[in-house]
Amino acid sequence: MSEAATPSALSVGDRLRQLPHSGRALARTADIDTRLVGLLAALAIIWIGFNVATGGSFLTARNLWNLSVQSASIAIMATGMVLVIVSRNIDLSVGSMLGFIGYTMAMAQTTWLPEAFGLGLGHPVIWIATVILGIVLGLGMGLLQGFVIAYGFIPSFIVTLGGLLVWRGLIFQYAQGQTIAPLDTTFRLLGGGPQGSLGEWGSWALGLIAVAIVIAGLLLLRRRQAKYGFQVRPVWATVVLGIVAAVVILGAVWVTTAYPWPENLANQYAQQHGLEIPPGGFIIPTGIAYPVLITIGVAIVMTHLAERRRFGRNVYAIGGNPQAAELSGINTKRTIMLVFGVMGLLAGVSAIVQTARLNAAVTGLGVTNELDVISAAVIGGTSFIGGIGTIPGAVLGAVVMQSLRSGMVQLRVDSPTQDIVVGIVLVAAVGFDAWLRRRST
Amino acid sequence: MSAVPESSERTQPPLSAEGYLVEMRDISVSFGGVHAVNDVTINLRPGEVLGLVGGNGAGKSTLMKVLSGAQVPDSGQILIGGTAASIHNPRDARTYGIECIYQTLALADNLDAPANVFLGRELVQRTGVLDDPAMEDATRRLMKRLNPRFENFRSAVESLSGGQRQSVAIARAIQFNATILIMDEPTAALGPAETAQVRDLIRQLKTEGLGIFLISHDIHDVFDLADRISVMYHGRIVDTVDKDQVTTDEILGMIILGKKPGDATREELDAFRIAG
Repeated sequence: MSEAATPSALSVGDRLRQLPHSGRALARTADIDTRLVGLLAALAIIWIGFNVATGGSFLTARNLWNLSVQSASIAIMATGMVLVIVSRNIDLSVGSMLGFIGYTMAMAQTTWLPEAFGLGLGHPVIWIATVILGIVLGLGMGLLQGFVIAYGFIPSFIVTLGGLLVWRGLIFQYAQGQTIAPLDTTFRLLGGGPQGSLGEWGSWALGLIAVAIVIAGLLLLRRRQAKYGFQVRPVWATVVLGIVAAVVILGAVWVTTAYPWPENLANQYAQQHGLEIPPGGFIIPTGIAYPVLITIGVAIVMTHLAERRRFGRNVYAIGGNPQAAELSGINTKRTIMLVFGVMGLLAGVSAIVQTARLNAAVTGLGVTNELDVISAAVIGGTSFIGGIGTIPGAVLGAVVMQSLRSGMVQLRVDSPTQDIVVGIVLVAAVGFDAWLRRRST
Repeated sequence: MSAVPESSERTQPPLSAEGYLVEMRDISVSFGGVHAVNDVTINLRPGEVLGLVGGNGAGKSTLMKVLSGAQVPDSGQILIGGTAASIHNPRDARTYGIECIYQTLALADNLDAPANVFLGRELVQRTGVLDDPAMEDATRRLMKRLNPRFENFRSAVESLSGGQRQSVAIARAIQFNATILIMDEPTAALGPAETAQVRDLIRQLKTEGLGIFLISHDIHDVFDLADRISVMYHGRIVDTVDKDQVTTDEILGMIILGKKPGDATREELDAFRIAG
């Protein structure tokens, strides 16, 4: 084993020199992603700024809960867009794919499954079959585009620009401008809303499980690193990280449970269940919304895929140096195709969330979503140079974007001005990132 | 799991009856009408460094691309350890223990040293999850042998010096039991101290029994490291000579004139001397 790396081999002077001197050194010692911390700081500034500007109506449980639900669909796709951009590609078709998949799912649950398969409206199989259909369809569409890109040697910009037009055109062709609504009552819950949430106890239970998993993960990492005699994160850093994670997770749960169901809905529920309505009104905590739950699940799976799996490692290698990746025996074509497959699958997941939330499929579903998704990934630190970008960063990027939009709506900023602000923020964020990168090397 | 071979446990590769590790016979490659490599035969013994020299476009790199699987030859045969090998791509070459260190390094700059060493051959746990600590450990042990002062195991290799990057590239080449190493201008991008470091490294690999093809423009590199020198000129081998039996001037003459010292005319030699 590498005895040189064990702390005991270090002299006192070495140890002193290892003490952190600056913020950056501190972050390095604690093994923290500075970029992510910066993004969190930016988000905090935005939130506090809007809270002051709106006279305290931004940082309310109700608004934050809404923000979490509104961010979900873009955040889900942004996690896939990170891998696409990291591999030096782009996917302009996600909005149209989402629309097409959403439309197909709406047809399936309102017409095909109940009538052609004779299940009848509201049958429990319907929502499950619809969800599977959406995911499989998305995967297939993504793989098809990926195949053309990787094996047809056509730039992804062109192929997905074509996709943007083709999928949208197909919606218009077979929907003929019609809106499909309402959707299956169970399916609808996947879009959030009071009933489409975990509720008080479920949310707390999930929060506690999450805290336990984070702590176990931190300890497991220490043990694995120690096993090889590597430099381990200092104990204080592990403890602080653990506490911060616990506070953030439980704080988020607390916020979602502090948002009660709307009064009339709660009273209705109480009447249905024969419960007495207290003088202050019947209060049911909402808890974590299902779309948010889906987003968290997607983010965890995608982070795992990106950082802990061969596939992800290979995607980053391709982005860093495509030639080196090819020469090292990585099947770059297949990897690229799979990246687009994953992107399509996530467009399917987002389609579920968006149609369920709208309780309808409209022909304009997902229009310009590709721009929001790309912006979220880029604000989250994904670089068009390739090889650089993180999944949590992209999720935060989506939340930053949605916060800006939502805050401006509350300040009654008109839609064109919103676009102008978001556009400037996007360019400024990338410029700032590039400036930081130049300085650090 | 992570099998980093110590020098003693390196398995002896099979050799041909004449003791060759690699024999490339009658290799030809042409691009359009140009014979980049024209009927070249060359061979290599274990523990030997064969210097490949020649002017730009002499065919050195193309010949080596054939061996490393990056270029499919029009004709010719490759024998590894005396048996015919079929090499159609870099993956094939690797299965024969052939590793290439490219002029442009071919590292993924955004990844750290262990990730680069194991690029395309990542170690995974039973669950399929990347075993980063094991890869880092193996890389540390390898580096202890190659470049003991190397310590940046967790930063992206773009932040490393040229010499450190070169040791990562070499570590990657020998991590998987390579028996044949192709080095294309391994010191071209390096400063004097780093060049010395890489030369030491090559000497060490040689004592461990690897066969090394060394392509270099630097005649001093070649004279310092090579046992034999093959001079290429317009796609052909002018001559292959033992280093001890030639002078740098004679090699330079062959590189520039494309003829063996005995074959060149008085005028050509005079012209070369004036030019040199």
